[in-house]
Amino acid sequence: MIGTISYLVFFATTASILAIAVLGLNLQWGNTGLFNGGVVAFFGAGAYGTLILGGTPQDGHLGGYGLFYPLALLGGMIAAGLMAWVVGLLTLRLRHDYLAIATFGVAVAFENLMRNAEWLAGGAKGVRGFERPLRDALGDGFLYNIAFFFTVLIILIAVYLFLERLVASPFGRLLRAIREDEEAAASLGKTPSRIRLTAFITGSVILGLAGGLYGTFYAFVSPQDVLPTLTFQIWAMLIVGGAGNNRGAVFGAFLIWGAWTASGWALSRFAPIEAQLYTGSMQFVLIGVVIVGMLMWRPQGLLPERLVVSQRGSKE
Amino acid sequence: MIQNLIDGVLTGSYLSLGAIGLTLVMHILRFANFSHAELLSLGAYAALVFDALVTALVPVLAAKLGPLSLTYALLIAILISMVLTGISAVLIDRLVFKRVREKGWELSMVFASFGMALIIRNVIGLIFGLSPELYSKDIAFAMILSRDPLILVKPDQVFVLIAALALMFVLHLILSRTTFGYALRAVAENPSLAQVNGVNLARTVTAVWLIGGGLAAVAGVFYGLSHQVIPVMGRDLVLPIFAATIVGGIGSVYGAVLGGFIVGIAGNLALVVLPSGYTPSIPFMLILIVLMIRPHGLFGEARA
Amino acid sequence: MPIWAHRSMPDPLLQVTGVTAGYVPDLPILHGVSLTAERGQITLIIGPNGAGKSTLIKAIAGLIPVSAGRIALEQQDVTHIRPDQLAAHGIAYVPQNDNIFRSLTIRQNLDLALRRAGGDATARRDRLLAQFPALDEKQRDKAGTLSGGQRQFLAIAMALATAPRLILMDEPSAGLSPKATAEVLDHARRLTADGVSILLVEQNVSQAMKLADHCYILAEGRNQVDGPAAELMGDKVVGEIYLGGRRMGAA
Repeated sequence: MIGTISYLVFFATTASILAIAVLGLNLQWGNTGLFNGGVVAFFGAGAYGTLILGGTPQDGHLGGYGLFYPLALLGGMIAAGLMAWVVGLLTLRLRHDYLAIATFGVAVAFENLMRNAEWLAGGAKGVRGFERPLRDALGDGFLYNIAFFFTVLIILIAVYLFLERLVASPFGRLLRAIREDEEAAASLGKTPSRIRLTAFITGSVILGLAGGLYGTFYAFVSPQDVLPTLTFQIWAMLIVGGAGNNRGAVFGAFLIWGAWTASGWALSRFAPIEAQLYTGSMQFVLIGVVIVGMLMWRPQGLLPERLVVSQRGSKE
Repeated sequence: MIQNLIDGVLTGSYLSLGAIGLTLVMHILRFANFSHAELLSLGAYAALVFDALVTALVPVLAAKLGPLSLTYALLIAILISMVLTGISAVLIDRLVFKRVREKGWELSMVFASFGMALIIRNVIGLIFGLSPELYSKDIAFAMILSRDPLILVKPDQVFVLIAALALMFVLHLILSRTTFGYALRAVAENPSLAQVNGVNLARTVTAVWLIGGGLAAVAGVFYGLSHQVIPVMGRDLVLPIFAATIVGGIGSVYGAVLGGFIVGIAGNLALVVLPSGYTPSIPFMLILIVLMIRPHGLFGEARA
Repeated sequence: MPIWAHRSMPDPLLQVTGVTAGYVPDLPILHGVSLTAERGQITLIIGPNGAGKSTLIKAIAGLIPVSAGRIALEQQDVTHIRPDQLAAHGIAYVPQNDNIFRSLTIRQNLDLALRRAGGDATARRDRLLAQFPALDEKQRDKAGTLSGGQRQFLAIAMALATAPRLILMDEPSAGLSPKATAEVLDHARRLTADGVSILLVEQNVSQAMKLADHCYILAEGRNQVDGPAAELMGDKVVGEIYLGGRRMGAA
């Protein structure tokens, strides 16, 4: 019994952290139409940043500043934001392909750097020696996990409410206007590239927050945590849930994470031993099919954006 | 150093072939096709299958061409693979990209291409297994060009370079001397004007996929000859090929050729100063440098 | 007009009847527009900005979906024609801006337009170039290097490549100097002498009216007035309402 509950808490914590990431991506893609091909880099920047800043001193690599936890988390978010600022500044003035390619590239380079630069973050061994906050008071057991889950849940709700208000604000309307018709938005005297950059950085900071929480939860992060897989998973969550709808984003996160863990479990349990090596490939085919299938048959997702109907301008 | 330069030129020859098709598709269909590198894998595996098939059916063709490890059978297999990969590219477009395009979700095309990349890469892994394959199990002996400094070149590599340059020259003739080539360039510049000048857009799109797929197949085989054929080769090639198109300027065929060589040479020269583990990051560094100093690439022009 | 008189008239070249069209299905820009263009004549379409002049020409060229009405060329239905089939029906279309391929040379532009023309393409290209000496000199240059007026001539030459019966011209004078405008419009006039008909959209009303045979005035996507160009020009009421009042008289 306690085992089941314990597992459910574990599952819900991971899903909630991913839901925060999906919300960040939703601001970029769903609300602003910005394609982020390197979600995992911003997520990873948050995780690495938090652990390096908040961890205990380690031999051989950077870190161990033992910063007060909220500051360490904030530092991780800032790291993600800075990376977004550089990539965004260089690409958001250009046609949309550039952002897609550059963000994809930043994820490849980030993983590559983390894997190789031992002096920076421990290389393939990852960052160790992070003490989870309040561990002395709550211990390492079930109680801690429950407490951590509720903390994550509160942060998820806070991010959700923040984004709902942001989307309903004049800034949110501006984002949609730019997504729908950039020229029209520009003719209103707004600078689309500046506004897109703001949205891109904000979304990336939220991705960094999710990464920071993820790192905290496991008290460890390594290059294995920043593989492209995670980018695909987070996208699938958004596309299935419904791009543009924050509720859909959260729903998609739980649904896809549930399906992913269930399919992984089923494949490891029921697939013949010879096929075990290929479970990863099968899961990837499935996620590819989910992404392509949704785009072809239900591009608006399961919970579509509640559209404020925008009349497209008529041109002669 | 000179050895790195030579290796870079050879890497560049297959990167260029891959980048040409990608830049054409990106220019005409206006989306970053993340599944293009999977066409290279598709072509490499198709050649592997038909090489075995042709060898089994007509054992005489297993003879090697002069000093190369390449057999007559593989040469025939490459031609078959070009056609099949081209047709596959057209089919993938018809089944997936065209439908997404026609729904007006143009930005979603890039998502669809990622999904297709995942599907193709992993289906190949499921069918052929995850371990690497080689076209020839024989050890190819390198020619020693110089002993001090030691410079080695394999005959296969020389063949790859010459064949790649020859293909690019043929493409250049088509684009600069035939009305079919003008039509391709016209569609790239202004699709609706091309249409009112009698160019059938759907047919042009098909032609672009055939050319892109065919060149990708050759690039894939050349990659396989230089390294090995493995299901994840697309994953490792996608960023270098994109970098080549950005360095050259999206839409420029000549830019893609030059960009491919620049990316190939930069990646190999970087080995002089950086540990080899960092090689996958080099294309991204090049992308950043180009975006900072010349955002539209060497030959590209600004276009929204 | 009595019915017998109507029947004895030759069929018009182009007959547009009650066309409704727009970029988006639910938002028509044209509302039941009708028009006829006679053989060997210049038929002019004018009207204020947003009247739907360009939309009408694009609808005829098949670039914009027509949701109601009919377009016929010599009684053959061409309502839902595909733009790349225009030449096969004897129609050529010269868009307003960007009407040549800048990255191709002048010769390549022409060869592209001549691609489906059949016969001896080289001879036909030479004949076209002979009509436009300025282009002939620069035939190996990139079309992007041409001046505005020369670009219009290249666009017209490309239209002529397919030996059309009808040329649709969308504001050929846009962005041209008065001198270049006069040259382009004069050339259009000369083409009609060879039996080509022209459907012309122009902002440059005074110059175009002098040139045109028949004129249609559109506003808000609907027919307003039409008649022989010379009559409309003299009509005070029409002048006041549609042709810019006194400014027109001054021109």
